[in-house]
Amino acid sequence: MNPLDPAALRQGNRLALSRALTAVENGDPAGQDLISALFPHTGDAHLIGVTGAPGTGKSTLVNQLARALRKDAKTGEQLKIAIIAVDPTSPFTGGALLGDRIRMQDLTGDSGIFIRSMASRGALGGLAHSTAAFTTLLDGAGFDLILIETVGAGQAEVDIAQLAHTVIVVEAPGLGDDIQAIKAGILEIADILVVNKSDQPGAENTVRALSAMLSMAQGGGSLPLASKHLRQSQPGHAKSAEPIPGWQTPVQSVIATEGQGIADLVKAIQAHGDYLRQTGLWQVKEAQRLEKDLQSLIQDKVMQDWQKSVDPDRYTKTLEDLIQRKLSPMAALQLLT
Amino acid sequence: MAERKIRVLIAKPGLDGHDRGAKVIARALRDAGMEVIYTGLRQTPEMIAEAALQEDVKIVGLSILSGAHNALVPAVIDKLAEAGLDDVKVFVGGIIPENDIPGLMAHGVYAVYGPGTDTTKVAEDIKTALQTQPD
Ligand SMILES: Nc1nc2c(ncn2[C@@H]2O[C@H](COP(=O)(O)OP(=O)(O)OP(=O)(O)O)[C@@H](O)[C@H]2O)c(=O)[nH]1
Ligand SMILES: [Mg+2]
Repeated sequence: MNPLDPAALRQGNRLALSRALTAVENGDPAGQDLISALFPHTGDAHLIGVTGAPGTGKSTLVNQLARALRKDAKTGEQLKIAIIAVDPTSPFTGGALLGDRIRMQDLTGDSGIFIRSMASRGALGGLAHSTAAFTTLLDGAGFDLILIETVGAGQAEVDIAQLAHTVIVVEAPGLGDDIQAIKAGILEIADILVVNKSDQPGAENTVRALSAMLSMAQGGGSLPLASKHLRQSQPGHAKSAEPIPGWQTPVQSVIATEGQGIADLVKAIQAHGDYLRQTGLWQVKEAQRLEKDLQSLIQDKVMQDWQKSVDPDRYTKTLEDLIQRKLSPMAALQLLT
Repeated sequence: MAERKIRVLIAKPGLDGHDRGAKVIARALRDAGMEVIYTGLRQTPEMIAEAALQEDVKIVGLSILSGAHNALVPAVIDKLAEAGLDDVKVFVGGIIPENDIPGLMAHGVYAVYGPGTDTTKVAEDIKTALQTQPD
């Protein structure tokens, strides 16, 4: 078997998929070829981000969600589910302890579920550099839903908002005050807010506080939360026409360890997916992401080309002149490009 | 930014409920710069092989204190082979009587570590074990 054969992936060969993920993660050129081959077959998977502070119960929740989402509520058909669980790389040693699988043991033995742990490898936004590429491979390999657990950083995870169609922000009672949550901008990125550990004291207060903040944001402000997708969407051609009735971010109480509240959460996820598809925001979001990816690729390439073309001595000399203020930054630019 | 990392699975097969040793090893290997996937207690050989496949690790470390190593270790190695992971190298840590070690090695285990093993040695042995492997 050729481990990087796109056909093997599309036929559901799990070993081929696993090796392909490694190739992509390690920046192996064969991994890029594979992505190119699979790309036309992607774009269908529903990417669901699960983010929130450390220890709020993200992995436990993902475990429950994967089980509950396996069967399509409408068609009764079995869906294939992939999970990407990202944990932080130690900046000191470069190593990582990836422990999210501990909470996902219920899922082993199910051939319709594939779990892959990922170290952040220095990336700071809650995901790893190749998480997006992983979703392309998994999508191309036929997974219908991809659950992405971010690093528990406890602050606005902008990367996941860009990558996922649906972002679930997990809170737990007693973990820092709720004002913290606003500061961190979670209301901006949450499509669904979950208050997990509802068996613990203070859960009702957390629900109340979050609901109050949401209604404030949705009611008074000049930028209603519901239109956040539209607001972000100014990528030139992917234009947002007239305002579409907005999405009301729900606040849902869950006890992930007991499976309580999971059925309602699943409904909310499906409703959000339907909302994105019906309003056309699904395409808008994809278009934005692809354009952004393209732009950052162009930036990298242009930068590399420039680095190759510039004379290092001339660069050093120009930099010195700039530091001594003999040259302005603009004049330096003109000398070097 | 794109780099190769050694990925290791640390698993605890069998029924004993102590994973202190497994966690010590997992942390030590992380501190040696590896990416360590830890799967928790009471893993069956099937579960271990499946996790090794999904995570594409090249090393599996089994922590066994229950005394059932003579049954569990060959079972894990068989399941790895069934999953197409013949190239994955296995080490064992735990309380293993001296007499049982040759048998485990004969089954394809590359090292057995008793209590109090210097963890830097475990990390070094992993690097050596991987060097002898065609990439
Ligand atoms: N009481 C209670 N405990 C829970 C609940 N959900 C999760 N936990 C516990 O919270 C702890 C952390 O759960 P995880 O699922 O590992 O949390 P996480 O957010 O994935 O953690 P990191 O990945 O380390 O950020 C575990 O001990 C869980 O058993 C819940 O609904 N109620
Ligand atoms: Mg977790």
